[in-house]
Amino acid sequence: MAYSIALDGTNWRFPDLRDLLAKATPKRSGDELAGLAAESAVHRIAAQMALAEAPLADFLTATFVPYEIDEVTRLILDGHDAAAFRPIAAMTVGEFREWLLSPRATPEALAAIRPGLTPEMVAAVSKLMRLQDLILVAAKCRVVTAFRNTIGLPGRFATRLQPNHPTDDSRGIAASLVDGLLLGAGDAVFGVNPATDGVQDYTRVVALLDDIRERLNVPTQTCCLGHVTTAIKAINKGAPLDLVFQSIAGSEGANAGFGVSLATLAEAQDAALSLGRGTVGRNVMYFETGQGAALSANAHHGVDQQTMEARAYAVARRFDPLLVNTVVGFIGPEYLYNGKEITRAGLEDHFCGKLLGVPMGVDVCYTNHCDADQDDMDGLLLLLVNAGVNFVITVPGADDVMLNYQSLSYHDALSARDITGRRRAPEFEAWLAEVGLTDGAGRLRPDPDPLAMRPGLAALSARLEAAE
Amino acid sequence: MSNETNRHLDVITPATPVLDDLRRFTAARVGLGRAGSGLPTAAHLKFTLDHARARDAVWSAIDSRGLAGEIANRGYPVAVVASEAGDRPTYVRRPDLGRSLAPANAALLRSKLGAARIVAVIADGLSAAAVSANALPTLDAIAARLGAYGLAVDAVVIAEQGRVAIGDPIGAALEAELVIVLIGERPGLSAADSLGCYITFRPAEGTPDSARNCVSNIRPGGLEPRDAAFKIAWLTREALSRGLTGIDLKEDSAAELETGPAAPLIEG
Repeated sequence: MAYSIALDGTNWRFPDLRDLLAKATPKRSGDELAGLAAESAVHRIAAQMALAEAPLADFLTATFVPYEIDEVTRLILDGHDAAAFRPIAAMTVGEFREWLLSPRATPEALAAIRPGLTPEMVAAVSKLMRLQDLILVAAKCRVVTAFRNTIGLPGRFATRLQPNHPTDDSRGIAASLVDGLLLGAGDAVFGVNPATDGVQDYTRVVALLDDIRERLNVPTQTCCLGHVTTAIKAINKGAPLDLVFQSIAGSEGANAGFGVSLATLAEAQDAALSLGRGTVGRNVMYFETGQGAALSANAHHGVDQQTMEARAYAVARRFDPLLVNTVVGFIGPEYLYNGKEITRAGLEDHFCGKLLGVPMGVDVCYTNHCDADQDDMDGLLLLLVNAGVNFVITVPGADDVMLNYQSLSYHDALSARDITGRRRAPEFEAWLAEVGLTDGAGRLRPDPDPLAMRPGLAALSARLEAAE
Repeated sequence: MSNETNRHLDVITPATPVLDDLRRFTAARVGLGRAGSGLPTAAHLKFTLDHARARDAVWSAIDSRGLAGEIANRGYPVAVVASEAGDRPTYVRRPDLGRSLAPANAALLRSKLGAARIVAVIADGLSAAAVSANALPTLDAIAARLGAYGLAVDAVVIAEQGRVAIGDPIGAALEAELVIVLIGERPGLSAADSLGCYITFRPAEGTPDSARNCVSNIRPGGLEPRDAAFKIAWLTREALSRGLTGIDLKEDSAAELETGPAAPLIEG
């Protein structure tokens, strides 16, 4: 179905919803690279105006990625819940935006419509929103998950402690991990991106993270972010694995580029659940996504990158993940050019994920060929914390020495807590106080003397020295 | 004065001593201490300096003319070309343009250099600093190792605003049997001058990345140019003899290092 609008004597016409969404997308380099972007600023606003008039019901019959050739489309449409959709079924996209902003959209009402929302509807409404709208609505969405602690509760955010090392050296990983713990990070997960993808190294990293967590008795979960098939092999060999990780995207073809399908992910989820390692919950999956992933795999089907990203969340929510994060500034300036584009994309991704019921976190980050710096990251972090982000990623001194990009530092999370008063996951918060790292208010003690950690750290040092 | 100093130090929380013995195990920024919840000033400024270096490496240009002169002095036929990404802002936004060469430029290249069996391409990539610091030492070391195998670099092309795959149209224009692309890698904060090397047998437009072999992190303090050249020359020799590059050619030059000369062509 075509959409059109007359504006300043020009009749703007958009052949279908896929084109309308692409032209309505706020400016970013990736859609320009794909040749999908609006040709002028007025063209873009004309598309937004036409999109505001489009009925939400149109999205259930429109083609974005063809049903016949794409299992993600089949997952989205076959799983659509008409009863949950009913309260918003008669709205246009513009009316849906107003309903989301209104007091009628309570946390309960927002949760109730989730099964009735498709990712394309959610992407569409985000294109009509300013940053303030994206923050305000996301802050009303509650997505709570649990494994060894509870993540996503109101008034809190968690941090992934990312102790990467260029050669996966055990002592190097341990050094960055303990540094982060002493700065109060790690309630979302201790998560290492391995430099290699062999089962042996993968298993060694999993065992190392589990050993540190056990010795120090930390109520958190661990993850080695290798390929899902490596994780399955490691589980079969008896590795002490908490979470299975995988990068995912919004089409069958893009997922194939990552070497995965829905069936592989289901197999991995079953394998991880069979271990029964969670103590307060059974969310065992961890996914990363990012705008541009589908385009870089040439599997975007003419759909704009932000809509493709929202489709990845439909994949994620199928597997009840503990954690999902967009790696927003990591994919490079050909997809998001500068700090402004990264900031908007980070808030869009967080909003779309939350509205679809995904436990959304963000890797607030950039590469050195992006026109961005730590000031941009400070801004995005504080906006996200106010939007109720479930977790962010933190590395020593904001510098990831393995992946060669900049994320947030452990310190940055401390500052955000000071500024906003947001607390850590409750189980982790209690542990920090118990071992003497924090005071009653959750602040790091000025002169930390974590006596309770000393035996564990001494044993850890001894083990690592022995491995030398 | 000393009181003043002491009072100042009081506001810095040092890294806790339990970490001290672990700090030697990583180049990551551990044990920075903190000023309240923030970074101490020195750590903050060190980070911004490293980022400034990385940005300068991305946004500065290579001295193509000077580089071409040095290469000509070594006796190589040499030419300078530009990709279809006209400037740096276009280059970082449009990887497709950084990979392509205008047909007119390909023809010019051919008429200037003629056909060449082994072509070396030096491209700025994402770090002009890497090219300035490491391209010539690496090229010299490759030439020496290839000479030991009875092989030689037959022509050198400097490509401005070039991505790895710019070696494909350049190699095709010169009917090269093999192209060695030396290119500035995306800089990190710890090293802004790493050179990468990509080797492609029978380069042609549309060659997939899986059909290339890569040797990365070439710089003093990383993979020394001399050691990189050993791998690159080994890969070149094997690629020419087996007629392929890519995932079916695993770099295994170390085996020859450990077992000594495997063939009379290797210097003793």
